[in-house]
Amino acid sequence: MNLQRNWPVLALVLLLAAGLSAPLVTGASAVAFFLEVLLGGLMSGVLYALVALGFVLIFKASGVFNFAQGAMVLFAALALARMSEVMPLPVAFGIAVLIMIVFAWLVERLVLRHLVNQEGVVLLMATLGITYFLDGFGQTVWGADIYEIKLGLPKTPTIVLDNIFQGGILINVEDFVAACIAALLVICLAVFFQKTPTGRALRAVADDHQAAQSIGIPLNRIWVIVWSVAGFVALVAGMVWGAKLGVQFSISLIALKALPVVILGGLTSVPGAIIGGLIIGVGEKMAEVFLSPVMVKAFDLAGGGIENWFAYVLALAFLLVRPEGLFGEKHIDRV
Amino acid sequence: MIYRENGQFKTSYAADQQLLPIAQDRWFLISLVVLAFAAVPLFASDYAFRALIIPFLILTIAAIGLNILVGYCGQISLGTAAFMAVGAYAAYNLVVRVPEVNFIVALAVAGLVSAAVGVIFGVPSLRIKGLYLSVATLAAQFFMDWMFARVKWFTNYSPSGSVSPAPVEIFGWQIQTPVDKYFFLLAILVVMTLAAKNLVRSHIGRAWMATRDMDVAAEVIGISGLHAKLTAFAVSSFYAGVAGALWGFVHLGSWEPLAFNINLSFNLLFMIIIGGMGSILGSFFGAAFILILPLLLNQLPGGLGIPISTALISHLESMIFGALIVFFLIAEPHGLARLWAIGKEKLRLWPFPH
Amino acid sequence: MGAQAPEGVMSARNIGDIVLKLDGVSLAFGGVKALTGVSFDVREHEIRAIIGPNGAGKSSMLNVINGVYTPQQGSITFRGETVTQMRPHHAAEMGIARTFQSLALFKGMTVLDNIMTGRNLKMRSNVWLQALRVGPTQKEELAQRAHVERIIDFLEIQAYRKTPVGRLPYGLQKRVDLGRALAMEPQVLLLDEPMAGMNMEEKQDMCRFVLDVNDEFGTTIVLIEHDMGVVMDISDRVVVLDYGKKIGDGTPDAVRNNQSVIDAYLGVAH
Repeated sequence: MNLQRNWPVLALVLLLAAGLSAPLVTGASAVAFFLEVLLGGLMSGVLYALVALGFVLIFKASGVFNFAQGAMVLFAALALARMSEVMPLPVAFGIAVLIMIVFAWLVERLVLRHLVNQEGVVLLMATLGITYFLDGFGQTVWGADIYEIKLGLPKTPTIVLDNIFQGGILINVEDFVAACIAALLVICLAVFFQKTPTGRALRAVADDHQAAQSIGIPLNRIWVIVWSVAGFVALVAGMVWGAKLGVQFSISLIALKALPVVILGGLTSVPGAIIGGLIIGVGEKMAEVFLSPVMVKAFDLAGGGIENWFAYVLALAFLLVRPEGLFGEKHIDRV
Repeated sequence: MIYRENGQFKTSYAADQQLLPIAQDRWFLISLVVLAFAAVPLFASDYAFRALIIPFLILTIAAIGLNILVGYCGQISLGTAAFMAVGAYAAYNLVVRVPEVNFIVALAVAGLVSAAVGVIFGVPSLRIKGLYLSVATLAAQFFMDWMFARVKWFTNYSPSGSVSPAPVEIFGWQIQTPVDKYFFLLAILVVMTLAAKNLVRSHIGRAWMATRDMDVAAEVIGISGLHAKLTAFAVSSFYAGVAGALWGFVHLGSWEPLAFNINLSFNLLFMIIIGGMGSILGSFFGAAFILILPLLLNQLPGGLGIPISTALISHLESMIFGALIVFFLIAEPHGLARLWAIGKEKLRLWPFPH
Repeated sequence: MGAQAPEGVMSARNIGDIVLKLDGVSLAFGGVKALTGVSFDVREHEIRAIIGPNGAGKSSMLNVINGVYTPQQGSITFRGETVTQMRPHHAAEMGIARTFQSLALFKGMTVLDNIMTGRNLKMRSNVWLQALRVGPTQKEELAQRAHVERIIDFLEIQAYRKTPVGRLPYGLQKRVDLGRALAMEPQVLLLDEPMAGMNMEEKQDMCRFVLDVNDEFGTTIVLIEHDMGVVMDISDRVVVLDYGKKIGDGTPDAVRNNQSVIDAYLGVAH
């Protein structure tokens, strides 16, 4: 490990580890509770990672920073929730996948194709436009109430490890299943990218659009595929989040949370999205549960809510020592 | 025929470098300004002032600031509303604690405080480039949202979290009626537009554009990226701070932290992109577009006589807004300012086709 | 390009002391060794050419001189001041200017504005004065404009001054690049393949400009060039690089007859 290059990251990690263990060390919290919060953070981190995966996929293959990912999650979840009211869940899931593929095709045809050579900011704003459109459209078609997705998982937390810790640790089975689903998804995606010809083509496109075109890779079809895969990831994320929280508008705001995850992990890295998600998930939860009360008392604040900005500040701090994110590609200027 | 430059030969560099070298442009602008000061107050309704004109004047100031940062200097900023909030709260705290202070001074302080905060959040731009930089201004946005809601000092320990400053008064002139507000804001807008125009055509403006276009080459020429980026953040935040103070004091009258949330930031970004990045004129066009659109969309169902529930209207508005943004970005990514420039080019040839 | 420059040219050009010295410069990108232990010097007022086959490290050499790349080993001494961590901004302040192989013009600006950016180091007024645009700022802006106009006259691009640079043909863009470097009033001018992609007439024009700059302003010129005719004619001394190492250093004649140089260009295995 190149110590000279990596010492800032190490320093930051050590600092975070110190902050993380502070509640335990100072005795401000019982071990069991600490572990609960930690696990809760890891679980929500997994959920963030799911959404972040969609971001990374699209950015890797088309260089577009897809602000609409959150709206896609909401739209997919709405579709699934409403359709599962009138048909069995697996069928609804299948149809939802088809809907996301159609959406991907429409986005490529109507938007991406016409914005091929524009700067990053213009593409970003276009996805923001798609967000507004999708939000309105989803709620017009599927409705604006809170809907349920019944995955058949127990809602009440289970107590585990009660022979080691007094009172045991509360775990949400839903969250645990979500983590497993996410892990499965990541493994499938990794295999897809590394082993299949389509995956290779996607990586080629991510590297250099023009070069990929010149060896005969159909750019437009690739983009439809990528956005479809991202749509599928959005559907899975929506299903998991929706089962947990109920499908409602605030889910699209999760996209805003997934942003620091993606930036922290590096815009082009799938493992970065996962690790970034976990770091942000844990950091946020810990900060809100342990740091917030301390700050409220110390500064006489009107309330908590650190989790609203903690993720961003954390990502910013990492970027200052590692400007391309944890696993992103270093930007080299050739003159 | 009308718009020809024939006969307008410049005999000095000063004449060549003036803001409006073509005589027809000068006449057009002068008549526009005269119209603005004289005719608009006579014909515009109170509703038009409150819903459209006054927000337009203030948000244009913020849009010009954002354009300087994003359009001229090429740095991404997704948190302009936060810097507006800084300005608003800075002015509020000054006015509340030093009641005798002149409002113009409060505005200046709002701008300067906001500029300082802007520089702090701009420091990351020296290391971080491109889309990654968005996290810095987003951090600013969400942190400010939280800070102004939680740190009681800023709201002067108001129990509800919202603030209501006294109405603005300058040298005895009470700025209460829409027409009063209009003149006040118009004057400020004219001054700040002029300053912005001067900045972008001076060497700092060229330094900004050079840093945007090729920062390595700019460094090689001796243009310090550090200086360029930080001054861009400073000036941009100054404008945002002044706009924020005006937004709170003159337009809203009383506000809570949510008044400066991320939606406002996105709207400002839309304004400069649709209006035209790297164009002061574009900021005007963009602000007008983004403000008029929701009003139009709102009136449309009523105008067409179709009964639709308000919830549905707001969803449809969202859809149409999003679709129009995308359409616009495809049709003219350089914004309305480019369309205006193309129009002027065609006008020079008129009535000939080429 | 016809006749050889006569022997007397070197003294006629009034070549001075060593103004730039590179010592054992080594530069690597990851595993790729761009430069290995390169040392040479440049004398004041001379025209020094750097030649070598493609990929020899010539552009990297220029990038090291003006601080775009930092070498892992070695130092640069400019006018007696040794710098190990040269930054581009610092190099510009010290009086080193350059043009780029791939132009690097500011695409969003006109020719006039591009060249005006070269005057940035000379401009003094602060942000407030610029916003007001009164008195001293206006005077300064006009004075710089006059200077830039002289450069535009020199390079014969008057007709294009208000054109966005992106719209100009390649040859003219190269002149704007040169103009921007000249605007800095540099002591040392680094030219990275200034005649690449030009036809015979354009090359003659560019040669004339380079020689005029050296003549009139006494600017020291370090020039990367592939056209051997040009190199042999206008340069005083030549450095030859191959695979990042220096394989020749001397007058054009000496280098022309150096066997290793001939081998390098003919691709003989070595």
